[in-house]
Amino acid sequence: MWLFDKDLWVEIFHTLGQNLFRTFLTMLGVIFAMIILVLLLGSSNGMSNGFNKVFAGTASNSLFVWGQSTSEPYKGFERGRRIRYKIEDAELIKKQIPEIEVLAPRIELGNYRGTTTVYRNGQTSGSAVYGDYPEIDNITKKRLVEGRFLNQTDIDDSKKVCVIGEETYKLLFEKGEKAIGQDIRINGVFFSVVGIFKPNNNINIDGENAVFIPFTTFQKAFNSGDRMGWMAIAVEPGTKVVVVEKEIKEILKKKYDIHPKDERAIGSFDMSEIFNNITAFTTVLKGFSFFVGIFTLLAGVIAISNILLITVKERTKEIGVRRALGATPKVVKRQIVVEAIVLTAFAGLIGFAIAVGFLAIADSLWGSGDEFPFVKPMVSVPQFIISFLLMVGLSVLIGLIPANRAIKVRPIEALREE
Amino acid sequence: MIEIKDLHKSYKMGSNSLHVLKGINFTAEEGELVAIMGSSGSGKSTLLNILGMLDGADSGEYNLDNVPIKDLNETKAAQYRNKFLGFIFQSFNLINYKSALENVALPLYYQKVNRKVRQEKALKYLEQVGLKDWATHLPSELSGGQKQRVAIARAMAAEPKVLLADEPTGALDSTTSYEVMDLIQKINDAGNTILVVTHEEDIAHMCKRIVHLKDGVIVEDKKIEQVRAAQYV
Repeated sequence: MWLFDKDLWVEIFHTLGQNLFRTFLTMLGVIFAMIILVLLLGSSNGMSNGFNKVFAGTASNSLFVWGQSTSEPYKGFERGRRIRYKIEDAELIKKQIPEIEVLAPRIELGNYRGTTTVYRNGQTSGSAVYGDYPEIDNITKKRLVEGRFLNQTDIDDSKKVCVIGEETYKLLFEKGEKAIGQDIRINGVFFSVVGIFKPNNNINIDGENAVFIPFTTFQKAFNSGDRMGWMAIAVEPGTKVVVVEKEIKEILKKKYDIHPKDERAIGSFDMSEIFNNITAFTTVLKGFSFFVGIFTLLAGVIAISNILLITVKERTKEIGVRRALGATPKVVKRQIVVEAIVLTAFAGLIGFAIAVGFLAIADSLWGSGDEFPFVKPMVSVPQFIISFLLMVGLSVLIGLIPANRAIKVRPIEALREE
Repeated sequence: MIEIKDLHKSYKMGSNSLHVLKGINFTAEEGELVAIMGSSGSGKSTLLNILGMLDGADSGEYNLDNVPIKDLNETKAAQYRNKFLGFIFQSFNLINYKSALENVALPLYYQKVNRKVRQEKALKYLEQVGLKDWATHLPSELSGGQKQRVAIARAMAAEPKVLLADEPTGALDSTTSYEVMDLIQKINDAGNTILVVTHEEDIAHMCKRIVHLKDGVIVEDKKIEQVRAAQYV
C-alpha cells in the first residue's frame, strides 16, 4: 500500500519543510477557515441548545384553549356572549379526538390574569390561584424547589393542599422559613403548602406568583360547580397541533352554538408554532453557518492549491529528473495531491483545535447562565467528520490542478529548464 | 542493441517548422561506447532525447533491445526509461535534498524495489564509483566530479541496457573530466553499452566509435582507437 510508503512521506515532509514559513502562511488560510467554520457551527449549535433549554419543560406539541366572547350572532344568541366551558367538555373532546395525549382542565379564581389575595400570618400576596389536575405537569413542567406537585390522591380526596410559586413564598414567608406543611388562606379557606416551584426561565404561562390547588378542591372550596377556565392539551407526537386545534374548536362551536365562522369566541394558543419557528430559525442558522464555513474553507484550500502551483513550478526540473528516472505521471501526481491533502488536513486540525478551545471558553463564560440562550456551543462528531471529509475532498480536487500542471510539462522541457 | 531507421524530427517554431533530424540511420551493438559529436544545432541533443524516450520521433523506426519504441504514452515511456535506460546529465541533476545514497536509490524506488534491497544496491554502486564514504552526504557537500560520479551510479543502479550521457563532462574541468571518462570506460569494459553526446574532441576519442552529426544527418561514423583516460588521471 503506497500510503504507508516511508519514502512518499519523507518526500512530502521534506518539500513542505523546505520552506516552513511559506508552508505556514499557506496553511493559515485553511486554519482560519476551519476556525470560522467550527465557530459558526458551534455557535449555532449553542444557540439551538440554548433555545432547547429555554423551552425545556414545555411540551412542544401542545396548545391551550380558553373561552372568549362571541363576535357573531348565531341561533338567536346575540354577539358578545361570554363562552364558559364546563368540565364535561374536557371528557367530550378527549373522547372525540384520540390523538390527544394529555388534556389538563384548569380553572382560575377571579378573572383571567386576575389575582386573589392570599393571607398568611398577617402577610399577604396578590397571586393567581389555579385549580389544576396533576397532568398539567406533563405540559408545562414545574421546577420544584421543595416538596412535590399535586397528585391524583389530592384530586380524588379533594385535599386542601397547594403548590406555590417562589415569588409567592417570598411574599408570604420569612427568608429561610420552612413553608412545607404551613397553611395559607385563600378566600377564607386554608390550604397546606406541599411544594414550592421555581418558574421556568423565559417560557412562563402561569406567572411566578401563583398558587396551584387541586381542581376538585377548587370546585368545593370556591363553589365553581362544573365550570372550567381553560384547557392545556398535548397531542401525540407526529400529530399536527393545528389539526387538533381545529377539531377542538369545531366540537366546542357546535356545543356552545357558536357561529362556524366566529374566529373570536374561542381563544387558543398553538405552542408548536413557536417551536417550529425556532427550529426553522436554528436550522437555517446552521445551514447558513455551514454554507459560509465551507466556502471559506474552499478559499483556504484554493490558497493551498496556489502555493502548490508555485512549488510545482519551482520543482519543474526535479520532476523532470524523476520522470527521466522512471517516475510515472501517476506517481508524480499522487505526490502532489498527497501534499495538498497533508497540508489541508494538518491545517484543518490545527484550526479545529483552536476553534474548539474558543468554544470551550465561550461555554464556560455563558454556557450555564440563564439569561442568554447559548448552551454547550460545540460541533457534533458527525458535523466534524462531514466538514473534515469535505475539506479533504476539496483538497484532493484542488490538488489535482497543480498535479496536472506537473505532469503536463514533458520531461524534456523540464530538464531544459535552468 | 540500438537500431534506428530513417528517423525524422522537426519542431514547430511559430509558422515555420524546423527540420532537426533528416533521416538518421544508426545501430549500436551491445558493449559499444559511442560518442555522438556535432556542433550546436546539429541535432545531437534531439537524437539523444529520442533515444532516451524523452521526446518522440515524427517518423522512422527505433528498436531498443528488440523492443519497438513507438507511440508510447507517458506511463509506458516512464516504465521503459526506468527499465532500459540510465541518464547522465551535464548538470548532474541530482535531487539536492536527498543524500548521495538516496539519489542513487531513486530509480530503484520507481521500480518498487523494497527499501532495504534498494539501499544495499545503491551502496554497491556508490562503492563502484568510489564514493561509499560519501553515501550520507548531500549533493551540496560534493565536488562537481563527485556529483557526476553519484549521477553515474544512479544511472547504473537500475541496471539499464543502455547508458545515455549528455555532455557528461561539460560542467567539469579537464582533470575531473578525465576521471569521469575513466569511470565511463571502466563501466564500458564491464560490458555496458554507452552513448556519449559531446562536442569535445578529446572526450570523443576516449570512446570506441565516433558518430558525427551535421544539420540533422550523420556525416561520419567511424571506429577509432580508444584513448584510455586513466593515463591522464
